Parts: sequence; structure tokens; C-alpha cells
Amino acid sequence: MSGTFVGMPAFPKAAHEAVGNATLRGNLRHATHTIRAKRARAVAEVPDWAELREAGKRIKDHTLRHLDRYLVQLEESVTAAGGTVHWAADADEANRIVADLVKATGEREVVKVKSMATQEIGLNEALEAEGIRAYETDLAELIVQLGKDRPSHILVPAIHRNRGEIRDIFARKMGAWGRPAPEGLTDTPAELAEAARLHLREKFLRAKVGISGANFMVAETGTLVVVESEGNGRMCLTLPETLISVVGIEKVVPTWRDLEVFLQTLPRSSTAERMNPYTSTWTGTTSEDGPREFHLVLLDNGRTDTLADEVGRQALRCIRCSACLNVCPVYERAGGHAYGSVYPGPIGAILSPQLRGTQSEIDASLPYASSLCGACYEVCPVAIDIPEVLVHLRERVAQGGEVTRDGNKVVLKPAKGHAAERAAMRAARWAFARPGALRAGQRLASRTRRLHPRSLPGPGRAWSEAREMPPVPAEPFRDWWQRTRGGTEEGK
Amino acid sequence: MRVALFLTCVNDTLYPDTGKAVVKLLTRLGVDVDFPMAQTCCGQAHYNTGYRHEAEPLARHFAEVFGEYDAIVTPSGSCGAMVRELYPRMGERARAEGRGGALADVLAPVVPKTYELTEFLVDVLGVTDVGAYYPHKVTYHPTCHGLRGLGLGERPRRLLAAVKGLELVELPGAEECCGFGGTFALKNADVSAAMGADKVRNAESTGAEVLCAADNSCLMHIGGTMARLRTGMRPVHLAEILASTEEEPAV
Repeated sequence: MSGTFVGMPAFPKAAHEAVGNATLRGNLRHATHTIRAKRARAVAEVPDWAELREAGKRIKDHTLRHLDRYLVQLEESVTAAGGTVHWAADADEANRIVADLVKATGEREVVKVKSMATQEIGLNEALEAEGIRAYETDLAELIVQLGKDRPSHILVPAIHRNRGEIRDIFARKMGAWGRPAPEGLTDTPAELAEAARLHLREKFLRAKVGISGANFMVAETGTLVVVESEGNGRMCLTLPETLISVVGIEKVVPTWRDLEVFLQTLPRSSTAERMNPYTSTWTGTTSEDGPREFHLVLLDNGRTDTLADEVGRQALRCIRCSACLNVCPVYERAGGHAYGSVYPGPIGAILSPQLRGTQSEIDASLPYASSLCGACYEVCPVAIDIPEVLVHLRERVAQGGEVTRDGNKVVLKPAKGHAAERAAMRAARWAFARPGALRAGQRLASRTRRLHPRSLPGPGRAWSEAREMPPVPAEPFRDWWQRTRGGTEEGK
Repeated sequence: MRVALFLTCVNDTLYPDTGKAVVKLLTRLGVDVDFPMAQTCCGQAHYNTGYRHEAEPLARHFAEVFGEYDAIVTPSGSCGAMVRELYPRMGERARAEGRGGALADVLAPVVPKTYELTEFLVDVLGVTDVGAYYPHKVTYHPTCHGLRGLGLGERPRRLLAAVKGLELVELPGAEECCGFGGTFALKNADVSAAMGADKVRNAESTGAEVLCAADNSCLMHIGGTMARLRTGMRPVHLAEILASTEEEPAV
């Protein structure tokens, strides 16, 4: 994945700052609660939502089970329609393919449709290193790019910014990238949008190369689909002479008809729209209009390895709607940057440690970035049981075990820093397997209860820093039960 | 019907009053409830922290201890969800690991017999008015594993609404997690505490004296936060409210 995130601290440390940042928490709370309520209303309108959710899950599971077949079919369809298909095993290979394709056109700049896959591989930075400038054209991505910032949300990458901050970024930075912001720019949404429109328009009209991702790829026809709501995508997909799309291999669906399900569930889950504003579909090239050249770069980058895991593979159903982020109480407090990945929130916490592996400090900490409240699973339009995968990945971190990396089975050692926890869990299991040992421990706690300190040492400090300890009772329940047989022989 | 109280290790050790309340309540409703002394822990903390293999012997132990009963009642949504949702999953995982169906077979009998307290009252006994008296202003927090795991729905609210003298007020943001999350409270203490503080502020805004829930582990976190923030509100387990009567009021 992108080099931007190498060396990220573990989640709790990264979240610590965000929790203490009142402006950020206010921005996130306002934005997530607004979109959460709108989504709930948009979903409640659909009488067959549960069936659509189940259908989406089944289509994705079926496709993933036969991914080898559908990808080859897709390649044939795209090729037959005049496109060229490239296969990239990892981020480096994908970046090299795209850079070479751009250089072959002789161009030095490209316009981009908002795309998670190109962020995942750090394409902009890779192109910059080759002397090619990539312009983000999605409004929020523009804010992030101008502010030399990182996205903090899949769908609303500048969700951590408020209007005042956006005005300042536009006023200060637009000039260095092209048309400057109008004089006296205020923070009203209409003015901000107009400034972005004027700034981006000259880029759309000048660009010879467009780069996109795709929400879906239809195997039977070779059609790609981009779902967006600003119209910038339509510009990038139609005006340039060369179009390069970088798409994760899990984005394929078998037939055009399968889109019927996702074009209902995706807009309502993501932006609470009944129907998506700009849905662009294209199939190869045509001689009369649009790009003359079309390249599809199919990206693996850890997806096949993820597919090999029976529990974890459900993460590949994800259609990047962000409903799980918007409903997540941890995301709301920690913010997107703490997840150290272009995929933040609950889905990021199960996707990043699978795509990248659990070796780094941040990836080993992500499976624990959840209270397992289950709100994410409830809203997921393809029924990814995120808590189930989180617990599965905790097991991988704490216990190690067999995983697939680069197509090979390897056995992971337990991650560092879990030795004390492992010993405690084993000791607790030992005691709990013996009611007598549990009872002895309870009695010891009860007898010494007046001696217990108010703040705990060691790992317990994490509890007592923010919360009082519950008082230990004079006797555990089981002693009362044995003494009184459930109150029937009181005083005996 | 032979009914066993599965109290949970947390309640047994720290909240004996909740156990006494369940016994008192069920006895009043004519249920002869037993407390099998060999019970310990369902293994939830082990399982959810990534120690599934350590949880397995505890699950087997649970199945041995409770297997002979017709119904197993627990005053904990999360421990109830552990048995009902995760025991079958543990069995399936063992099968997928090539260890055969032995674990699944051992655990299967206790799964459908395990009821969270409000399920047992409303679905099995068919009561919503349990004859309780509790003259206080109460707000109710539906805990996550009860709400989304077991699907308790309106059962707790229906039981509370039938309590004489009780004024039930709606908790803003009720369905949002309180931030406990087992070992999450320690591993991500900052986020956990922020979630807890928000929950407590919402509870305070209702003007209630008591925040009620059906899971003491969440109440330990919420109550600990209330005490630290000096709100004056009290956390009380639903069972203690339902056990309370005019003759024998809860303290």
C-alpha cells in the first residue's frame, strides 16, 4: 500500500490525539450523525432492503468463488470492445504500468476521478516521482490534495475539515496548482463549490489523460461503472484521449443485471441518495466519441491472499459505501487518520491487516480498534460480519497461525507484546476450569476488599484513569447461595 | 421445568445483588431456579480477545454444567450472546480446522436452551407485568450484544413500562455503544472513555435518577464513569428493578 502510512503508530496512540482534539471531534460528530440519520431514512423507505442485502451478499460470494473464471471473461470482453487489460500483482507493478502508459502518451499531467484503488497503491506519489502531476478532481479529494493532507473517510475524504478550514486551504493553495480562488472567498458552500468548479474546469478541458478506478466491472460485457455525485467523474471519463482505470480484482460482477442490486443499495448506504446522480458506464472504446485508448489495470495487491482465508474473505464483498464508518462509535471519536490506511473505520480495520498483513504495529493494532458493538454489521449492504472478522484477526495477531502471503502458505508467529496477555488468558482459563480456584480467588478479593486501591497498577491503570472501580462485595453470590439455598433458608 | 441460573463470573464475583434479584424475581413468578455450583465463565473474554482455543474448554465446561437443565437463564446480554451466537461458530471453526464435529456436538444442546432474562420472562413465562414496584425516574440503555446480538427488541422496555411507580424516559442516542467492549476498555482506553462520557452526558440530559441496563459489565463501565464525573446518577441492573416490590423495595 501507499508509503504514506509506513511507520504509523499503533491505533490507540494515534487515536489519543484525535480524542483530545475538540474541533476534530465536533466536525466528525456532526458529519457522521447527519449522514447516519439520512441513511437510516433512505434505507427504511425500501421494503425489500433485507432481500437486496442478501442478494448483494450472494452475488459477491458467488463471484469471489469463481473469480478466476470471471476475470478471464472480463479480460476477453474488454479486449473485444477495444480496451487493453494489464495485470498487476502488487502496488509497484500497478504504478509502473500506469506511469509507462502515461509516459507513452507524452503527457505530463493527468486528471483523476476519485479512486480508492489508486490511493491504496500511492499512485499520485509514484507518478510525481516520474515527473507526472496527477490532479484530483473530486471536491473533497481536491481539498485533501491542496491541503497536503490525508483522506480520513472513504466517501468524504475531507470529513475532518469544516467550512472555515476549507476556505483557508482554497484561498492559500489554489494559486500554486492552477486558477486561484476568487478574491474575498467566504465559507458559504455555494462559493466554495464555485471556486472548485472554476479551478477544475480548466484542468478538465486541458487534460489528455484521465485516470479512474471503478465501482463495478461487468464480466459479460466488459463494461466499467463509476458511481459519483459531482459530475467530475463524467468529465474525466469522457474528455481525455486516453483513459486508464485501476481496479481491484474483487470489483467484477458477472452480468449487467447484477448492477440492479448494487445501484439500489450503494447510493442509499453511502450518500442516502435514492438514485445516484452520476452513474457512468463505458465499454471499451468507440471511434466517434470519448477516449481513443482505454487501459484496464487489474490490481491484486493482497486480494488473492485475502480470498484464501475462509473467515476473512467476506471483506472482499465490500462496495466501499462507508455506512460502517458513519455508524461506528470508534471512528467517530478516533477519526480516520488513526487507522493508518486509505481504508479507515470498521472495514479498514479488517481490510488493511489482510491486504498488508499483520506485521506492522498499526496493522497488528487495527483488529482491536472496536468495541464489537455490531453497528457496522447491521448497516453493511453486503452483510459483512465485521465483528466476526475482527475477532478472527485478533486471533491471528495474538496466537499466530497459518496465512497466505503472496500466494504461499506461511505460519505466522504471535505478534510481539501479547505475551503477558496470553499468560493471563491461560491462567484465567485454568482457574475457570476449576470452580474451587475461582471461589478461592473471589473469597480472597472479598476478604481484602477494604485494602483495594482506588487506582489500579499496570494494565488496570487504563481502567481507573477514567472510571471508578466497582466495589468488591462482602461475599460472592455463590457463597450466599450455598449459605441460604437461594434465600429459602435465610440465616442458616 | 428445570431452570438453571447462569449468573456469569462477573456477576457472581462483583454483582451478587443482581443474582439475588433474579432468584427473588423468578421464585416470585413460580419458577424453581437452581444455581449449579460448578459454573464458572462462558469464555467470552477469551474468545473476543482472540483466544478461541482457550475459550473452548470453558465452553465444554459450560455444556457439562448446564446440559441437564431445560432452560438456562442469564442476566447478561453479552454472555447470552456468547452461548447462542458464538458457541455454534466455535463448533464450526473446529470442524473447519479438521478437528471433526465433536465440539459442535457437545455445545449444540445448550445453545437453544439459553435465554437472556428478558427473553425468558416475556417469551417463556409469557409475562410483562412481573408485579414490581420501583418509584423512580429511569432511563434504559440497550446494550449492544442484547440489542444487535440477541435481538431483545422491546422486551426490556415492555417489562419496565409495566413496573408500578416507574417513570421511563427515553435515552438520546440509546443504541450507541457505551464504550465498554471487554478488553477494548483497556486496549483503547481513550476512545472507550470518550464513548462512556458521551453516554453518561446523554443519560444525565434525561433527568433520570437511574440508568438501567440488562448487563452489568456495561454498567460497570457506565457506572464507573458516572462516579468519576460525579453525576449523582446510579446504574442499576434491570433484574434488580423487576425484583423490587412495595413490601421489599430494592435499595
